[in-house]
Amino acid sequence: MVLKNLLIQKKAAISKRWLDMILEAYPPEAAKFFKQEGNRFANPVGYTLLREIEPFYMELLEGLDAEKISPFLDRIIRIRAIQDFSPSQAVAFVYSLKKVIREELAMEIHERRLYEDLLKFDSRIDELALIAFDIYMQCREKIYEIRVDEVRNRVFSLLKRANLISDISEECEQKM
Amino acid sequence: MGLWFSLFAVVILTFVVFMGVEMGKLHFLFGLVVPYAAFATFIVGVISRVVGWARSPVPFRITTTCGQQKSLPWIKADNIESPHNTLGVIARMALEVLLFRSLFRNTKVELKNDPRLVYGGAKWLWLAGLAFHWSFLVILIRHLRFFTEPVPRLLGLFAGIDGVFEIGVPVLYISGLIMLVSVTYLFLRRVFIPQVRYISLAADYFPLFLIIGVGLSGLLMRHFFKVDIFKVKELAMGLVSFHPLIPEGIGIPFYIHLFLVSVLLAYFPFSKLMHLGGVFLSPTRNLANNNRMKRHVNPWNYPVKVHTYEEYEDEFRDKMKAAGIPVEKE
Amino acid sequence: MSSSELSNIPEPDEFMRIAHKPPRSGWMDIPVVFKPGTYCFPAKAKNLKILGMPNPREWSPTDEDWKLPENWREIIREGFKDRLDKYRSFKLFMDICVRCGACADKCHFFIGSGDPKNMPVLRAELLRSVYRKDFTLGGKLMGRLAGARELTPDVIKEWFYYFYQCTECRRCSVFCPYGIDTAEITMMGRELLHLLGLGINWAMEPVANCFRTGNHLGIQPHGFKDTLEFFAEDIENITGIKIDVPLNKKGAEILFVTPSGDYFGDPGTYTCMGYMMLFHELGLDYTWSTYASEGGNFGLFTSHEMIKRLNAKIYAEAKRLGVKWILGGECGHMWRVMHQYMDTMNGPADFLEMPTSPITGTRFENTKSTKMVHIMEFTADLIRHNKLRLDPGRNNNLIVTFHDSCNPARAMGIIEEPRYVIRNVCNHFYEMPENTIKEQTFCCGGGAGLGTDENLDMRLRGGFPRGNAVRYVQEKYGVNRLACMCAIDRATLIPVCDYWAPGVLVTGIHEMVANALVMKGEKERTTNLRGEPLPGKEE
Repeated sequence: MVLKNLLIQKKAAISKRWLDMILEAYPPEAAKFFKQEGNRFANPVGYTLLREIEPFYMELLEGLDAEKISPFLDRIIRIRAIQDFSPSQAVAFVYSLKKVIREELAMEIHERRLYEDLLKFDSRIDELALIAFDIYMQCREKIYEIRVDEVRNRVFSLLKRANLISDISEECEQKM
Repeated sequence: MGLWFSLFAVVILTFVVFMGVEMGKLHFLFGLVVPYAAFATFIVGVISRVVGWARSPVPFRITTTCGQQKSLPWIKADNIESPHNTLGVIARMALEVLLFRSLFRNTKVELKNDPRLVYGGAKWLWLAGLAFHWSFLVILIRHLRFFTEPVPRLLGLFAGIDGVFEIGVPVLYISGLIMLVSVTYLFLRRVFIPQVRYISLAADYFPLFLIIGVGLSGLLMRHFFKVDIFKVKELAMGLVSFHPLIPEGIGIPFYIHLFLVSVLLAYFPFSKLMHLGGVFLSPTRNLANNNRMKRHVNPWNYPVKVHTYEEYEDEFRDKMKAAGIPVEKE
Repeated sequence: MSSSELSNIPEPDEFMRIAHKPPRSGWMDIPVVFKPGTYCFPAKAKNLKILGMPNPREWSPTDEDWKLPENWREIIREGFKDRLDKYRSFKLFMDICVRCGACADKCHFFIGSGDPKNMPVLRAELLRSVYRKDFTLGGKLMGRLAGARELTPDVIKEWFYYFYQCTECRRCSVFCPYGIDTAEITMMGRELLHLLGLGINWAMEPVANCFRTGNHLGIQPHGFKDTLEFFAEDIENITGIKIDVPLNKKGAEILFVTPSGDYFGDPGTYTCMGYMMLFHELGLDYTWSTYASEGGNFGLFTSHEMIKRLNAKIYAEAKRLGVKWILGGECGHMWRVMHQYMDTMNGPADFLEMPTSPITGTRFENTKSTKMVHIMEFTADLIRHNKLRLDPGRNNNLIVTFHDSCNPARAMGIIEEPRYVIRNVCNHFYEMPENTIKEQTFCCGGGAGLGTDENLDMRLRGGFPRGNAVRYVQEKYGVNRLACMCAIDRATLIPVCDYWAPGVLVTGIHEMVANALVMKGEKERTTNLRGEPLPGKEE
């Protein structure tokens, strides 16, 4: 696949543009901070994005192995799931890869007529978006689960203390 | 907005003095009245600001501790980062005031095997801040030679060291150069670091431009326009000895320099530049972390409504008795 | 579909932009948007009424009209002036900031969210802008140019949003060249808001409860007794040792005070059992109090006056019971109050004696005025003098890291004591990276009254820097326990770990102490306090 080779050749430029686009969603003050401060503890958001994006991109070129690709997506989306984004905003960065590729490789695609390759790769990105959406939902569900757990734990220990809860399994056993 | 306004203000100020002296021949105004007024404003202003702060009491001892407290004898206490006595406080304040200890903290975080280490902002802020403040102090001390006759030998020596590279005639002072470079850096970071630009006000740009103006005019009149130093000294000595006089023929760059310095002095007490005095008064830094050893008294401590044990027992007495919890009143 | 409609479909990158991305015009023009998950519910009127606080009413942050009292501007202005006159810290911090930006990236909320108004300097500017307008000549004359702005209802909303998005952790204060402490700013901001009846329920309900019943949860004296006895039963089941629960015991040597989180919610309960086992083993002459059954003090998250009103119980109870000195449990903000406020507010404690360990004879000289000892000082001293039989092997299933809680680290400086204890009760202890511990520790994201479930998104944002560091030691050393000595941490770090470093559980230090503690006459233990099999005792 000619396109793939091009995509590999331009990996640095493309992943950088892609990152820029992801960061554009933040206020400029924050975007600059995320991009600059490289310490992984002082700036975990920026560090995660900076570190993950290129290997993630390379993995994507290899194919769409959900097992391999999910951890990358998870680390990025886990952050976006709790930031000020709507669900579409949180996963839209996947799609901006299409735009980046078109802009970075406009000439080559046109000259070598790589449209079919491009369409194929596009649909891979579409699939990726679906995985991203799943991960986003997992994160959100985790948050709801945590919320429920927190409230339940609070009530549960009260009930337990007040001796209002008996161990159902024991009672059941006795009855049986 | 703040940036352009401040730049504009400094340009206007320069223009005012230029026109005033060149066209209006207001040497008397700009050479004597303004400096005196500015100096008076500075002194009265700074004192009243500091007194104003000091009039508000420190009700609580709210030290920010940055190190191990003094507790058990076998645990090594950090008497500088978490001072437990006056000596420690003095050491902490000295590090803070002389070396900008807290700002320096920014630079500590480096991990070796991390490929993407970009440590712009933080370290440079400390370095530039330190360079700026120290060079400013050196320049200030060096200027004392205009206000003393005879010039103390120590001062001469001081200036000698400052001009040790002997570049140009008259020699270029390192301090002047350092100050201009560092203050320019402090300005540029305000413009180019988005977070800092976002928080910057006219009150942040104005003093920077003013100081750049002071520095540039000083540099220009020393090295390019060659203002008559002896006449400047005559004027300066007149000012300090309260026998003011205006020698003829001091060039306009001097008046610009003097006027910008006057503006800086007059502006000082009304501005954030008061951090000069404030840093000494900061309760999170200048108090010892000896809270549990020595009682701190709050001068306005007033009685508050509390829920007393009696009220509490009155409400729960029956339940307490039923549960076998001892009570005061049966 | 016509082509013009097609062209209306936004590009992906347009999709990603956040609606309220700050425009170039500056922060003063950006109104606050209250999104679910990022703010706390308002204080209920009944809680404010019990406390006699002004303007109780039912309202919601999402309402357009917050039903502010008619003269609210005057109230704020007067309140502002009053506090400028009373607190040098406040006056100074309003004046001397040079906006150098050193603090900007030190706040866990900014690091996690990227919201510029979470930069400490800007949080303070929210107040400073109003201060300049009302109290400085420059602000009055030059307005916006001087960074001044008019006080409007939108400013009040912004205050509410951002002062309840600060956990008063003081991390920024460590880096500020003038020691400007945002906790101080936030405390003042919240005091001003309370003048208008604006508070959050997760802080005010505990305050109201604590005022009346002695603890945050409103547990009544008999309930408190039941709870502790319940723990005693559990302890007996695990160790075979029956232990006493001395309650409101007059003439005891020591009054023990701990946050209610320790006897209310897991895993704090295990820490509470830990204290009880330790004291029993030592044969300590101590007592709990039902009246002073709360070490925590949400007054710290409300107002200085409220700190004093709640804290008064501690000395009053110590005096009533005639104890010699006070011992305090594992808690964060409680220790800021005990260390920096109690003696000044409700002292002098001249009716107490110099705290002296009855076991080792150590005089705690550092507490000679306040007369209250941190349990970590107490236990460290015991271990140092070999007074405890410890079997750290019992904690061999734990690979531990330690989270310095904000207040003990930055308002007290108790840094080595807990580490000494941890090293003696477990065999696997690994520190998190240097810029995330000790005085540079990252907040759990839920301190200062923000640890409520409706605020979870914001807590997870704020908890990211901490969670990220935990994740790091989890990956590097296989850490599975995050130890901390703070009741709020023990509640709020659970979700933080669950989301950012799943698999790491949270523990108090005295839980580990108790698990390692070999007690006289104990039966062979097969489980730890959590009922998990001890290493080597798995079936």
